[in-house]
Amino acid sequence: MHILVIEDDREAANWLLKGLREAGHVADHAATGPEGLEMAREGDYDVLIVDRMLPGMDGLSIVRQLREEGNQTPALFLSALGEVEDKVEGLRAGGDDYLAKPYSFSELLARVEVLGRRKTAEPVQTRLRVGDMEMDLLKRRVTRAGREILLQPREFKLLEYLMRNAGNVVTRTMLLENVWNYHFDPQTNVIDVHISRLRSKIDKDFDKPMLHTVRGAGYVLKAPEE
Amino acid sequence: MNEAGGIYKTGYDAGSASEAGTPKAAFPGARESARPRRLLRILRTSTFRLVALYLFVFALSVGAVLGYTYWQAQRLLHVQVEQTIAADVRGIAEQYAINGLPGVMAVLRARMQNRTPTGGLYLLADPQGKPLAGNLPRLPEEVRGIDQSGWVDFLIRVSTPAGPRTRHVRAYYIRLGEGYHLLIGRDIEQLFQFGRIIRNLLFWVLGLTVLLGVGGGLVLSRNFLRRIDGITATVRSIRAGRLARRVPVEGSGDELDRLAESLNDMLDQIERLMQGMREVSSNIAHDLKTPLTRLKAQAEDALRAGDETHRRAALESTIAQADELLRTFNSLLLIARAEAGQARAGFSEVDVAEVAREIAELYEPLVEERGGRFSLDVPERARITGDRQLIAQALVNLLDNALKYGKHPERTLEINVSVRAGPDTVELVVADNGPGVPEEMREKVKERFVRLDKARSKPGSGLGLSLVASIARLHGGELVLDDNQPGLRAVLKLPERQNGEGEKHATAA
Repeated sequence: MHILVIEDDREAANWLLKGLREAGHVADHAATGPEGLEMAREGDYDVLIVDRMLPGMDGLSIVRQLREEGNQTPALFLSALGEVEDKVEGLRAGGDDYLAKPYSFSELLARVEVLGRRKTAEPVQTRLRVGDMEMDLLKRRVTRAGREILLQPREFKLLEYLMRNAGNVVTRTMLLENVWNYHFDPQTNVIDVHISRLRSKIDKDFDKPMLHTVRGAGYVLKAPEE
Repeated sequence: MNEAGGIYKTGYDAGSASEAGTPKAAFPGARESARPRRLLRILRTSTFRLVALYLFVFALSVGAVLGYTYWQAQRLLHVQVEQTIAADVRGIAEQYAINGLPGVMAVLRARMQNRTPTGGLYLLADPQGKPLAGNLPRLPEEVRGIDQSGWVDFLIRVSTPAGPRTRHVRAYYIRLGEGYHLLIGRDIEQLFQFGRIIRNLLFWVLGLTVLLGVGGGLVLSRNFLRRIDGITATVRSIRAGRLARRVPVEGSGDELDRLAESLNDMLDQIERLMQGMREVSSNIAHDLKTPLTRLKAQAEDALRAGDETHRRAALESTIAQADELLRTFNSLLLIARAEAGQARAGFSEVDVAEVAREIAELYEPLVEERGGRFSLDVPERARITGDRQLIAQALVNLLDNALKYGKHPERTLEINVSVRAGPDTVELVVADNGPGVPEEMREKVKERFVRLDKARSKPGSGLGLSLVASIARLHGGELVLDDNQPGLRAVLKLPERQNGEGEKHATAA
């Protein structure tokens, strides 16, 4: 994936670039607002990582400008302002995701990878398929290897999100935000229980598990390797 | 030294410097100027101005009332005198009509002999002005020029035991046939004296009023100024760092006392807040020092570790430790934001019942996993104006608390979440059957970094309940901790509408 990091803090930028490259991505860096805007226009990026506060031009303006020009490259805002309203403001300006500092790198990586996939995602789907698991979004039915799996509405939503992001690591916060629509920080790991319940429904009776835990990061749903 | 002295001088104005007993030798002329300046200050006080205005109005009213009384009394007395004279004139005129001049002379003579002191003054004089009868010695100058009948006023000189005196006379002058003069009058000296007395009285009353008023005003203003100076001095010394100082209260319960009391209340609150701040900072320092020390130890451990798995484990626990610290900071930031009240701008309609249902659905499996029982009791709908995310955060904190501390060693953990929609408040309740919180600690645990577990063996930042309390305050409500008999019953009371919000909605509806 080709990623542009627009961040004026040199140390933070280097840390990001190093991490992204280690994860197998190609990452470029812009240290000021105008430079970032220029590079985002010229280069063909899959994801932009944009700091909210930048010298010359702030992050919001960059993304707003790009959207006006018809550039739809997914953008993730980084900000020290963690308030919900700041987040809303960022998303309204055309940002696709928002991460408050301090954040963990695994969280950032998971979000960036999900965003990068979104760019190439197919239009409206009525069926999702991962390996031998199929989800019919209209009939609200899930089958694995042809056998129907009965799910609670929330479990269905959870699985839908995992399937849409199959192959990518999704973090607990991402699940809380996208499946439950809450942005708080639970001290206890409430998500784990829901995952293990879902796992018992979709993996228990099958030889090869699809839902995996990634230590220190989150979960990933992927087709079992043949 | 010089500079320090300069600062000292500019820090106090000359008025308070002389009061404070600064050596006056350094300011020649300060003593002379202090008195008029102090007087000037008094004259400028609002009390004195008020008193002056009041005095002016009062003096004007007193003057008007007394003046009117004087004028009326004078008029009435004059009318009486004139009526008496007019009656006399009618009687004598009758005599003249019947008996002519001799008749008039007979009447006058009879009046003279009749010695009854009617106070009447009479004179009949021939055309040359020579007196023929009556008790006036001669025709007064004032009459000589007139050739018609009418009222005249003149002075006469009389001899009294105390010497000659001038007296005022009012009389009716009649020009009789053949040029004879007839004067019928009364001595009105008493009337004049009465008027003079009243005038003097008026003058003295007004003078005394003004004098007392000005004096009273000065005293009142001085008193007022003294008390204001007391407040100013207190404020100055507080600004200089003596926070324990309080504004003097006289105990009379007047408006200045009330002002002083509310100032003192404010100062108490500020002191409490500062005390709290100090406590919080030292708590933060303490509470962050422990995990940071542990973090450092783990990092060092990782550095020393020989084999890969050991190193990995040490690094992972370092990260977990750092995450814990970050969470603490996040909670602190959230509390600070909630306290600052900024979040209120993003308030919208929130259904607390729905939030409770959703969070319950999220937490129920976890409670069951831990071997506990979870129950939910919410109405269809419980709407308030607020922030959905923050209310969810509050509920989550209460649930985390119940999970962490609500387990009694001999009982199955039972957690109940309920919502009650009252007439204008919504109560969100999380109850457990654990050991509960001792009554004397129930207020204390809402403070930042306060934990029941003094040894701090269980995980937790001591910020959970403080955040809930701040969120409650942000919504204009409160967090109440109660005994669940057994266990803790945390009640988040949320008013349906924010203060001032009601009107907005009312007009929108």
